[in-house]
Amino acid sequence: MSTPGFSLPRPASAQQSAALPRVDRLGALLTLLGAAGLFLLPFVTFKANRILPGDPRGLAQVLPVWATCGCWATLAAVAAVVLFAVNAPLRLAAALAGIVVTGTALAAAANALTPAHNLIVRVAAGAGFWLLLAALGLLAADAITRMRPGPGTRVLLLAAFLGAVGLTLAQGTFDNVSVMREYAVNAAAFAVAARQHILLSLGSLGAAVIVSLPLGIFCHRVPRLQPGVLSALNIIQTIPSIALFGILMAPLGALAAHVPLAAAVGIRGIGAAPAALALFLYSLLPIVANTVAGLKRVSPATVEAALGMGMTRRQTLMSVELVLALPVVLTGIRIVLVQNIGLVTVAALIGGGGFGTFVFGGIGQAATDLVLLGAIPTVVLAFSAAVLLDALVERLDRVPQ
Amino acid sequence: MIVIENLTKRYGETMAVDAVSMVIERNSIAVIVGTSGSGKSTLLRMINRLIEPTGGRVLLDGRDTGSEPGYQLRRRIGYVIQGHGLFPHRTVAENIGTVPRLLAWEEDRIRARTAQLLEALQLDPAVYSGKYPHQLSGGQQQRVGVARALAAEPAVLLMDEPFGALDPIIREKAQDDLLDIQRKFGTTIVLVTHDIDEAFRLGDRVAVMSEGRLLQYDRPEVLVTRPANPLVARMTGSAERAMRLLSLTTAGEAALPLTAGESGADAIVVPTSASLREVLSELLWRGSECATVADANGAPLGRLTVAAILARARPA
Ligand SMILES: Nc1ncnc2c1ncn2[C@@H]1O[C@H](COP(=O)(O)OP(=O)(O)OP(=O)(O)O)[C@@H](O)[C@H]1O
Ligand SMILES: [Mg+2]
Repeated sequence: MSTPGFSLPRPASAQQSAALPRVDRLGALLTLLGAAGLFLLPFVTFKANRILPGDPRGLAQVLPVWATCGCWATLAAVAAVVLFAVNAPLRLAAALAGIVVTGTALAAAANALTPAHNLIVRVAAGAGFWLLLAALGLLAADAITRMRPGPGTRVLLLAAFLGAVGLTLAQGTFDNVSVMREYAVNAAAFAVAARQHILLSLGSLGAAVIVSLPLGIFCHRVPRLQPGVLSALNIIQTIPSIALFGILMAPLGALAAHVPLAAAVGIRGIGAAPAALALFLYSLLPIVANTVAGLKRVSPATVEAALGMGMTRRQTLMSVELVLALPVVLTGIRIVLVQNIGLVTVAALIGGGGFGTFVFGGIGQAATDLVLLGAIPTVVLAFSAAVLLDALVERLDRVPQ
Repeated sequence: MIVIENLTKRYGETMAVDAVSMVIERNSIAVIVGTSGSGKSTLLRMINRLIEPTGGRVLLDGRDTGSEPGYQLRRRIGYVIQGHGLFPHRTVAENIGTVPRLLAWEEDRIRARTAQLLEALQLDPAVYSGKYPHQLSGGQQQRVGVARALAAEPAVLLMDEPFGALDPIIREKAQDDLLDIQRKFGTTIVLVTHDIDEAFRLGDRVAVMSEGRLLQYDRPEVLVTRPANPLVARMTGSAERAMRLLSLTTAGEAALPLTAGESGADAIVVPTSASLREVLSELLWRGSECATVADANGAPLGRLTVAAILARARPA
């Protein structure tokens, strides 16, 4: 078939869209999801105490009529915008308005259902709330993507988002929502867990970078070793995390038992040491592989020119090869950081600390709120790390090959 | 002056370069030609010790190049490769300043030198200094590659198929520019090419290589008139040798003096820089017997006849 045959349908559909407004496909899907969340699923669940099963409540059952109607009207307006408007900033504004309204409705519902000074009753966000929030979040993400913000703008957006969430929480807006109740009880433990979580993921990443970069450079220089090293690291990567934590418990425990110095610096069969070691091992492959790939993408002519002009091997490596490979290496580091932030959660099983403590504690006590108290910050942390490092990679990769 | 003595490189069983000896005079252009895999690049890279020789040595102005660290030697020798090898993450000016920076020149001097070179290569410094290599055309990238190699005022410039990636018209322009530059800076140039026409056009002397050995190294007209062996004859193109010989002489060199009474008023006027091959072609095309050779102002200096040109198409 000839090319003109392919190009024919295009003007036709363009005319069609001029005649009658096109419905945005993603907008339609997400509107359906949001509507389902709003009308078919409970917006909040009411529990007489922390562990009892919840009693589902719709928005209309909890809020006064005027508030419910206001909420529905705003969300209907949001739906209209995302269904028909193409303007990305407008879509973003609509999604944000939707998120504010939904959040306010949750806070209001929690306040309405909680008797004054009652710290036993729990009002949790229901499936409907989460579905609506997810739909609105996806809409906001889609609108931001359509605006193609530069790396700097994306970091600013992230900071604005975190700042807004932080301020709202600090204001006490959601204090009657069950997760925040759980937080109030565990505030001190939360701070400790956050510190452990960040330290473990960044520390193991740092150690892995220190080892992986030279290893990657070495593999690049001595291609014969490459398959061996990479498959060895690959095998580590295929061991399930819980199994790896378990495997490491025995030797580290033995080490602590027999070498007093090891025990003195905090190395034990359980706790942070095996967790850090396991995370470190998991981190090696992505960084080594990406270092090799990044160095490989530097054109041999560029390296030859560098040497030919009298740069030493070291200068060539530092100021040409590594600089050009950096975006790819950073992509590996991004993978590792996001992966580690998730894996640290599992490390709580062997006493590694971090937000996983809440997750597993919550599972043990059948307390969903406690699980969320661990899971939500983990997700926010991983998301922030991804946005930051993506921005950094894009920033450094301005110069094409 | 570069003196190459018995230079040899062996890779296992392969003799990439086999006991090559040659002398490259100061301020001259030596061109190395040969089939693919004949050892041209290896020979060139042993001059700046990007490749360490298995045997033999290279003297640069009387001094053994093995007597200092390789990277220091290379900072004194310009190097241009096919596909230029510009640093994609650095601007044109930063690329050109590479070696001066390695040599710790002062920034003012680097800036002045960069501007001078860009102008010499017909790139406006105001426009091109801050551009990145990917924003330039292939021909411009190639010129920046040459400027970068010349930045630290090297006495010697090594070029490995520097024009290989250019289209024929830009390539011819680049060759002319190189000749200008060579005259201007008095650089000694060793250039590797596949292209025998390029070799004849640029080389004061041409080295023909095959399977690692140097078959002949001499002035271009000697390669045509007295090839050392059949392979050289084949490479210089025996079918075309008469025309090739004509292309090596300019109208200015071959012009017959104007005898008294001759006005120099032939219908065809050629510049002194035209090659005899071009003049002959023009005469045949116009069906004419004589042409006037004139200087840049159009003043007649002498004349050329078809017979006089044909006489030069045979070995002396
Ligand atoms: N690092 C190396 N290891 C083994 N053999 C090599 C190496 N480098 C070059 N050779 C061999 O040495 C010979 C000469 O190679 P060289 O690159 O000098 O050829 P060339 O004349 O420049 O060829 P071309 O015109 O294709 O660039 C070839 O047979 C090549 O295979
Ligand atoms: Mg070569």
